[in-house]
Amino acid sequence: MNLSISLTVNGVRRDVELGDPRVTLLDLLRERLDLTGTKKGCDRGQCGACTVLVDGRRINSCLALAVSHDGAEILTIEGVARGNELHPVQSAFIAHDGFQCGFCTPGQIMSAIGLIREGQAGDDPERVREGMSGNLCRCGAYSGITDAVLDAQINVSLVEADQRRSA
Amino acid sequence: MNNFDYFRPATISDAVAAAAEPGAAYLAAGTNLLDLMKGGVTRPNRLVDVTRLPGLDRIERLPDGGIRIGALVRNADLAHDPDFAKSYPAVAEALLSGASAQLRNAATVGGNLLQRTRCGYFYDVASACNKREPGTGCAARDGENRLHAVLGWSVACIATHPSDFCVPLVALDAVVEIEGRAGRREVALEALHRLPDDTPERESVLEPGDLIVALRLPPEARGFSAHARYLKVRERTSYAFAVVSAAAALRIEQGTIKDARLALGGVAAKPWRARSAEKILAGCNPDAAAFRRAAEAALADAKPSGDNLFKIELAQRIIVRALTLAAAGTPERISALPASPLSAIPGALHDA
Repeated sequence: MNLSISLTVNGVRRDVELGDPRVTLLDLLRERLDLTGTKKGCDRGQCGACTVLVDGRRINSCLALAVSHDGAEILTIEGVARGNELHPVQSAFIAHDGFQCGFCTPGQIMSAIGLIREGQAGDDPERVREGMSGNLCRCGAYSGITDAVLDAQINVSLVEADQRRSA
Repeated sequence: MNNFDYFRPATISDAVAAAAEPGAAYLAAGTNLLDLMKGGVTRPNRLVDVTRLPGLDRIERLPDGGIRIGALVRNADLAHDPDFAKSYPAVAEALLSGASAQLRNAATVGGNLLQRTRCGYFYDVASACNKREPGTGCAARDGENRLHAVLGWSVACIATHPSDFCVPLVALDAVVEIEGRAGRREVALEALHRLPDDTPERESVLEPGDLIVALRLPPEARGFSAHARYLKVRERTSYAFAVVSAAAALRIEQGTIKDARLALGGVAAKPWRARSAEKILAGCNPDAAAFRRAAEAALADAKPSGDNLFKIELAQRIIVRALTLAAAGTPERISALPASPLSAIPGALHDA
């Protein structure tokens, strides 16, 4: 049984010998690749702390077997800033106090980036709340999170429009 | 989690052969299976990963007016497919009312059909459960059972089927295409899941190795698109399983119901088609009296399996609400809180 996989993580190709088929994508990121920004909360797909983008879509990495995602492109919280320049969603979370203890924040931010890419919520706070309901925040920073996502959405659109112009 | 062999077949026939062995299980997204394996609820010794099988991720409009959905189409992709959402709005609404965005991005059509009950005693390996370990008893009978079944249950098992997606599908006569050791066959979705009787561990008619490859909706299913709703009562407005849900679809001509479809979720071990209610509605004016008569017929055989008598009245009210909203017409856009009977506006109450 071949358990060698190759992933592109935050733009860098990583070849990994799993050794054990039980390794989840979450444990691979944290324990093998030392990318501990992605958090392990419930480990059962309920809290959203482990949210990453796989091939551009947000999923719960705790419920994904690494071996099944051979060849995938993964984006984690470590890969969203450009050098010292924060991603617009990161900046918006700071500006709107979208966290307190910070444990759920990487998952919230990855989920928000996924939500904005999905383009279903628009500027409706209720649709943003519904779209972010897979991410729990036990400090209760939801109000700031919703404001941050709504605000970031405008800036992400501007950044992406800029990128299209310069491309 | 117990260890297992991992196998990624290149063809459907290789997959079927590998999964027919005792102890083998199919792996698609794994959003339910991995959860069950982490809890030791299921312990497959081989996972057959079907995610790379070719040709199962397409949504195809058929020449006869029906639609064929590959088993690997992701829930989110199906719900947001513009033609699908417009033609089968209650199905799209049901999909979007289930789980979270992250889970919908991963979970597949085939996996949704075969997800396991969320009965807490099934998940708790220290509890007696005839479904998990036949012959051990049912801890739910004397336990926390206010969310359990009111239709089709048995002394052996009172668990419910948790799917939202299946509820409008069964109302619309969905058909499941299955590839097995003896070739391809078709089963009506309504006949896919079994009631518990005295063998609750046998949840479907699938045999070892059987693989769901696609789901089809017949041409007539599109005829309900103007009057179709899915409503779901849950303990939180978002990211929760149904306490009770209903899919209602009507074909109304000149003020009269020509054809009605009705199914319930959260009430039985399978998505529950309410054919007796449909018969009552056909030929009626779409009004409150007819809807109430239909609701009573739908729950006529219901009986509480524990502390859940309230679900019988709740189911009747949600049927009336779903029919009322369906008769009023499918909304242009699915609401911000899909399938919610409650308003998002603070202080506002719906009064259907």
